[in-house]
Amino acid sequence: MSLAALKQDDTPAAPLVSLRGVSMRFATERGVVAALERIDLDVEEGGFLTLLGPSGCGKSTLLRVVSDLLEPSAGAVKVLGVAPSVARARRDIGFVFQDAALLPWRTALQNVELPLQVGGGKGRPGRRTPSELLQLVGLSGWENALPHELSGGMRQRVAIARALVNDPKLLLMDEPFGALDEITRDRLNEELLRVWEETGATVLFVTHSIYEAAFLGQKVLLLAARPGRVREIVPVPLPSPRRLALRETPAFVELVAHLRRVLETC
Amino acid sequence: MSAQTLEAAPAGPAIGEDDAAQRRFEAHRRYLAWRRKLLPFAAIVLLLVLWEAGVAIFHVRPFIAPAPSAVAALLVKKIGLLLQNLAPTAIEAVSGFVLGNLAAIIIATVFVYRRTVEEAFFPIAVMVHTIPVMAYAPILVLLLGNGIEAKIAIAAMICFFPTLVNMTRGLRSVTPQQMELMRILSASPREVFFTLRLKNALPYLFSALKIAAATSVIGAIVGEWIGATTGIGALIIQATYNFDSPLLYATIVVGSAFSALFFAVVSWAERFFLKWNVGEAA
Repeated sequence: MSLAALKQDDTPAAPLVSLRGVSMRFATERGVVAALERIDLDVEEGGFLTLLGPSGCGKSTLLRVVSDLLEPSAGAVKVLGVAPSVARARRDIGFVFQDAALLPWRTALQNVELPLQVGGGKGRPGRRTPSELLQLVGLSGWENALPHELSGGMRQRVAIARALVNDPKLLLMDEPFGALDEITRDRLNEELLRVWEETGATVLFVTHSIYEAAFLGQKVLLLAARPGRVREIVPVPLPSPRRLALRETPAFVELVAHLRRVLETC
Repeated sequence: MSAQTLEAAPAGPAIGEDDAAQRRFEAHRRYLAWRRKLLPFAAIVLLLVLWEAGVAIFHVRPFIAPAPSAVAALLVKKIGLLLQNLAPTAIEAVSGFVLGNLAAIIIATVFVYRRTVEEAFFPIAVMVHTIPVMAYAPILVLLLGNGIEAKIAIAAMICFFPTLVNMTRGLRSVTPQQMELMRILSASPREVFFTLRLKNALPYLFSALKIAAATSVIGAIVGEWIGATTGIGALIIQATYNFDSPLLYATIVVGSAFSALFFAVVSWAERFFLKWNVGEAA
């Protein structure tokens, strides 16, 4: 896409992420699967967008297209006005995977330091040092622990600190708490909102949980499956800072009920 | 070890009444640990006593089966000769170990990055591996002469295959998410190899190295059987032809002791380098 065409697309407040007509098809043994079908999406800066949908709706594929892990079959993706590969090389994108993907031979601190040691990340240090980030995610004192000595929740905290070490403007999270027990997940949800407010990064958060999507998101993007397409974007008119008790309020219960009704038609 | 203290810590609550239970629990653990160490030792002593008694009771002649006491006596008397012959065998085994494993590691790396090479050459490696060492040892002696080179080559060949298979698998066994992480970080192929693949392959490599530590000594001894004037293998052949059974047994004891020592060194290196791999290192 040329620069002129890009300028035409830009709305007055330029979106941090913009997708135009993005489609993604995979050739499989059972024929071609349309994981994403003509997605148009703008994510404004500083927002927290949760992606919710049944399995097979292309939530994870969408994150991978935005982060240059996958090339879309058709359509244009811009992150901070440039191609995702450029944004990735500039360390504007942080990614947190479902399994923490820590290197088991590195201590918690060394895992957080990894982005500063490879891929030219040394020249792009963030505002916080790796040990300050471990403190931010509540792991001070665990710097020298190896991954096998940490619980699943603690490993995800390390992964979050690692994703933040270059101060990315965009943080992509692919069901990061999906494998955790509910008590740990609740606690991490609350803490993630605090980390988000302190860092000011824009977050795209994929989840299977309606509660998680409603509690975390400023907006919830509902995706329909086969082919994956945008079903509805639901604004979340809940006050910040959010505490877990918020989930007992009528407004929250009503929102969850609405999301569930829409999901049933996805 | 740190793993044991980690396991033990949550087992006992630190309330006064529970102290006795905790002490009993720990005493029982200590008892089990000692039992595990002492039982094999006791079994060896028992077998040696039975053997000694059997030789004495049935009047077995020394050249058929010497008594352990005779072997021990000869071991002390001729320790100079035995160690003198161990030296070339040890040099051959260790050199073969280093060469064979180094070659296997390099070829495994090529396999991982050039699938075509693997598809072309792995079947050949399997075929060569199925040839018994006794069959190809004379060929290597013909090719490389009667010197130390042939013995090193045999030891190297015997080490090669397990390391090739394990190292290839280890270099490949990175998770898709770890690879995606490296891509998000724009890591170069070189960085992916040194910070991810190589470290990830170490547990697999050490499993192979422990096998190779014992087999490299076998390779060197087999090489010496084909034609050598010194070495554990040569001494075994000489002792057998001379019906010097005590010397034969003493030579075997020295050879196995060296194998065990070599294995212990590799195991120690594994524990040192793989402290992070607590789950599988045992």
